[in-house]
Amino acid sequence: MLGQSTGGTIPFTDVNLPIRTDDRSLPHIWEIVGSILAPAQRGSDEPLGLVLARASLVTFREALAGFAAGSTIGVLLGLAFVRSPLVERGLMPWVIASQLIPLLAIAPMVVLWAGRYRLPLWIAVAVIAALLSFFPVTVNTVRGLRSPSPTSVEMLKSFAASPTQELRKLRIPASLPYLFTALKVAAGASIIGTLVGELPSGLPDGLGRQLLTFSYYYGSGPEKLFAAVLFSVLLGVVFVALVGLVERLVIPPARRVQS
Amino acid sequence: MTTVVTIKGVDKVFPSRKGADTVALRGIDIEVASGEFVSLLGPSGCGKSTLLRIIGDLLPPTTGEVVVNGKTPAEARRDRDYGMVFQQATLLDWRRVLANIELPLEVAGRAPAERERRAREMLDLVELNEFADHFPWQLSGGMQQRVAIARALTLQPELLLMDEPFGALDEMTRERMQMELMRIWQQTANTVIFVTHSIPEAVFLSTRVVVMSPRPGRIVGVVEIDLPQPRQFETREEPRFFEKLVDVREMLRGAEE
Repeated sequence: MLGQSTGGTIPFTDVNLPIRTDDRSLPHIWEIVGSILAPAQRGSDEPLGLVLARASLVTFREALAGFAAGSTIGVLLGLAFVRSPLVERGLMPWVIASQLIPLLAIAPMVVLWAGRYRLPLWIAVAVIAALLSFFPVTVNTVRGLRSPSPTSVEMLKSFAASPTQELRKLRIPASLPYLFTALKVAAGASIIGTLVGELPSGLPDGLGRQLLTFSYYYGSGPEKLFAAVLFSVLLGVVFVALVGLVERLVIPPARRVQS
Repeated sequence: MTTVVTIKGVDKVFPSRKGADTVALRGIDIEVASGEFVSLLGPSGCGKSTLLRIIGDLLPPTTGEVVVNGKTPAEARRDRDYGMVFQQATLLDWRRVLANIELPLEVAGRAPAERERRAREMLDLVELNEFADHFPWQLSGGMQQRVAIARALTLQPELLLMDEPFGALDEMTRERMQMELMRIWQQTANTVIFVTHSIPEAVFLSTRVVVMSPRPGRIVGVVEIDLPQPRQFETREEPRFFEKLVDVREMLRGAEE
């Protein structure tokens, strides 16, 4: 928009903008908003916005399942790593490797495996979301559980706290701010994982399918793809904000001010 | 007077990979009687904090024997005979002051009603009642350290081990805290082992000052501080106080030569 209104230059100069824009590569905002309000298909009076909102809800449910599973696994792995350096040394390379597998390659495989065991497809999608979200949780749980100073640990030892008490009274509360930072990253990652997972799964109801469909028809209606992208982004923002809300409930305000 | 701590022939060697082991302590012998206030005084790196940690069962000695209340340090720690105060207050910043003082009682499995009653007594002792519901970071450094002392005393331990507790405080706060500690000590009649590198602090607080040499840490000598009890603000201005400062300082200097 800026590009066209100024003739492709930076305002009040002759310098060309680095990217030339036109209606095809970057639709006007009012066109995107208009397409959200307009019927999704000819002959139907259901606006695109409603269709996308419904698809977002489906994607959100899959992402939530993946996020829950991934975070749980992440926390458990973190606890195991802190409990036993041997386990950490043995498993950490695999944990890192799991993040280096190209998502596009593994998504169809997971879908195939799920099919072989007759699992519902949304589970395959959730597994892919979990694969992306467990990693930040693992790393930050380890970091958080190790955050108390050696003197704090000595303080607890001085009145004979057991290892379990040390974990419950010191290490776990100390790790919560780290955990919630990771959960916010994991929330975003689980949405990405779900969208990618939805493509090979052929699930018709989620945002992933909408993105794919609208990218096919990009030439005739680019604003629809942008509308779908907008909903994906909003979904991620809402998810991360929800995690932030839980954080506010769990960690008392006084502590947040300090850290 | 009954003996609370006996240390016999304690050495501490920290092994290093290159073979150049660090000898932190060599041939330490000390006896501490019930109700004494003993300072371990020496320059940085003389192993005085290491010695305190060996007494408190946070580190094992390499050789030698430590007996606390007729038990091994491990047994004494399990029986919760120790209260420890460190240079950092190490208060848990997600707990309010009262809950911080309740922590040892929680760990010891005491009932909630008893925990609160006991923690409030301790707050009384360190004169911080009106701060029960504050968070640690809302308190000054000196007040945080008073909470740490209250926490250390809450299980009524036989032995109070203090590792440079006032080392991070400014000089004025430090002198106020020393008075405060003297008042608390008079009230609780604890046995105290106190690590410091401040000569006036050691002389003002202690009934005995154990002077240690630089690495490897050895005991150079012991100075009895027979200044009248209770120590007061004016104690620091008495000629006898200065004589004791000189005695300790001379002994420290002798150790370095």
